[in-house]
Amino acid sequence: MMSHINVQKSEKRSGNIRYLRNHWILYAMLGLPVIFYFLFHYLPIPGVVIAFKDYNLFRGIRASEWVGLRYFKQAFGFKSFWMSVRNTMILNVIGLVLGFPAPILLALMLNELRNKAFKKVTQTVLYLPHFISWVIVGGMMYQLFASSGFVNTVIKALGRVPVPFLSSSGWWIFTYFIVGQWKNIGWNTIIYLSAMTGIDSELYEAARVDGCSRFRMMFSITLPCILDTVMIMLILAVGGLASIGFEQPYVMQNSVVMDVADVISTYVYRVGLQQAKFGIGSAIGLFQSVINFILVISANSISKRMTDKGIW
Amino acid sequence: MKESIGDRIFKAITVMIVVFVAVCCLLPFLYIIAVSFSDKNAVLRNEVFLWPVHYDLTAYQSIFRNQSLVRSMWFTIVITIIYTLISILITVLCAYPLSRPHLKLKKPLLIYVLFTMYFSGGMIPEYVNIKNLGLLDTAWALILPGCLSTYNMILVKSFFQNIPREVEESASIDGANDLVILVRIVLPLSKAMLATIALFYAVSRWNGFMDSLLYVTKESMYTLQVRLRQLIQSSQVTEFMEDIPQNKEKVIAETIKAACMVFSMIPVMVLYPWLQKYFVKGVMIGSVKG
Repeated sequence: MMSHINVQKSEKRSGNIRYLRNHWILYAMLGLPVIFYFLFHYLPIPGVVIAFKDYNLFRGIRASEWVGLRYFKQAFGFKSFWMSVRNTMILNVIGLVLGFPAPILLALMLNELRNKAFKKVTQTVLYLPHFISWVIVGGMMYQLFASSGFVNTVIKALGRVPVPFLSSSGWWIFTYFIVGQWKNIGWNTIIYLSAMTGIDSELYEAARVDGCSRFRMMFSITLPCILDTVMIMLILAVGGLASIGFEQPYVMQNSVVMDVADVISTYVYRVGLQQAKFGIGSAIGLFQSVINFILVISANSISKRMTDKGIW
Repeated sequence: MKESIGDRIFKAITVMIVVFVAVCCLLPFLYIIAVSFSDKNAVLRNEVFLWPVHYDLTAYQSIFRNQSLVRSMWFTIVITIIYTLISILITVLCAYPLSRPHLKLKKPLLIYVLFTMYFSGGMIPEYVNIKNLGLLDTAWALILPGCLSTYNMILVKSFFQNIPREVEESASIDGANDLVILVRIVLPLSKAMLATIALFYAVSRWNGFMDSLLYVTKESMYTLQVRLRQLIQSSQVTEFMEDIPQNKEKVIAETIKAACMVFSMIPVMVLYPWLQKYFVKGVMIGSVKG
């Protein structure tokens, strides 16, 4: 019995050696990528201990003294920190509630277009903003929405009162949402459109024979068939509720609306890097990662319980 | 089959909404282009709508007179090219082995890669890491940290997995090793996919702003986006206006800003329509399989 196992083991080992001899190149190829991930993704992770240390750039992380939870206590004591948390949540919740269904609806409508050339031109135009940098989008936004900008000129020409799109808190949130949608709504349809190409056309044939209207088909066939994709995107979106990109809020904010426009990412940049309070910046970053982690895990488990689908 | 009235109304509404959204996507571009070619006084009087008023090229001329802007543009072009080449190489090196179904240790390797999509050190630890690696204030800080995007890598990996097995097997019988199969068979079949991720990488470097804001402070290494940002913030606009009366400051800024924005969009605009057909297909294959 024992010898039998040993024979199997040595066979397996010699199989491995033969495999390596034939395919060592594959592992050699992976060398660079593995080093890349180590240097730029794994190496920074131990750096989160900066949140617990009296770090300064010259002494280095290891030589700096432990200070326990001092920076967490300091950060949690700042009113401006809680404001940035609140603003992040407000912008993200609006983005989720109104912005999540938008590309799904647009994809459903694009899917109804039968004229191929028209559909292609439309898609080309819809994807275009995705390829424009936030810096330019920010610049365009000022030219369009400033008090003397394009939109207000039109509003004035129609004999109405100009709207303070960028200088009133409520309107700024509205503008933030619109600009974000403008840039990404088209691009976000791609994943749903690709899910729709996988739908069996016989379903539509059968529905048509039964005298089903196009509108009805959209809701009774197309939408249920892409539900898996929708759920996965929803889990990812909920998981991202506590984190927010840096560039959009950074290029859009101005001193008048900082009470609604300062978000966690821009706050960490300003306090952590510009004011060189590395400890506080890292503490906030770590706090945010923990919240993100909890959100992803819970969104996934809720989805699994309700629809039996999750990302893992 | 004749369409019912309900279906026709539904179709008309759909088309109207789609056209409306598409026009909204396009309008800001048309407006910016019109402003950039217009006379500054016409812009001041808010006369410009979607077509240039008193066609005028002075805004573009002053861009080319501005040495620092032109230098930033060249610098950005050079690092974009280097970055794109390195990125494609390392992405293929990562995606190809992971696309082989027989690869041993595939699961731990995939976990090693995918883990980084969900966990990161955060802004400050990453900054400290770049500093510790000695990359701060070098062009490498703008090239290396982002030169492998896991998302793009998964797209390429799914694409490789979709190549029919028989095509490769016929070659491996002839005793070709993995590298020869990759170079002779897989890559020539993947030109569309490679063009797609080349576009994604090039655009992300061309448009990237945050990393240059964080990692580069030397003026000689300001990227185009950083310059544009400064310009849009207007602090710099005065250097364009030696010969212009002070009270018209704002207007001049508007046409020049618009011209700079249009100018920096040109490379993307030129490449984009040619590659659209590929990237939609590429993203679809990647998202269905990945």
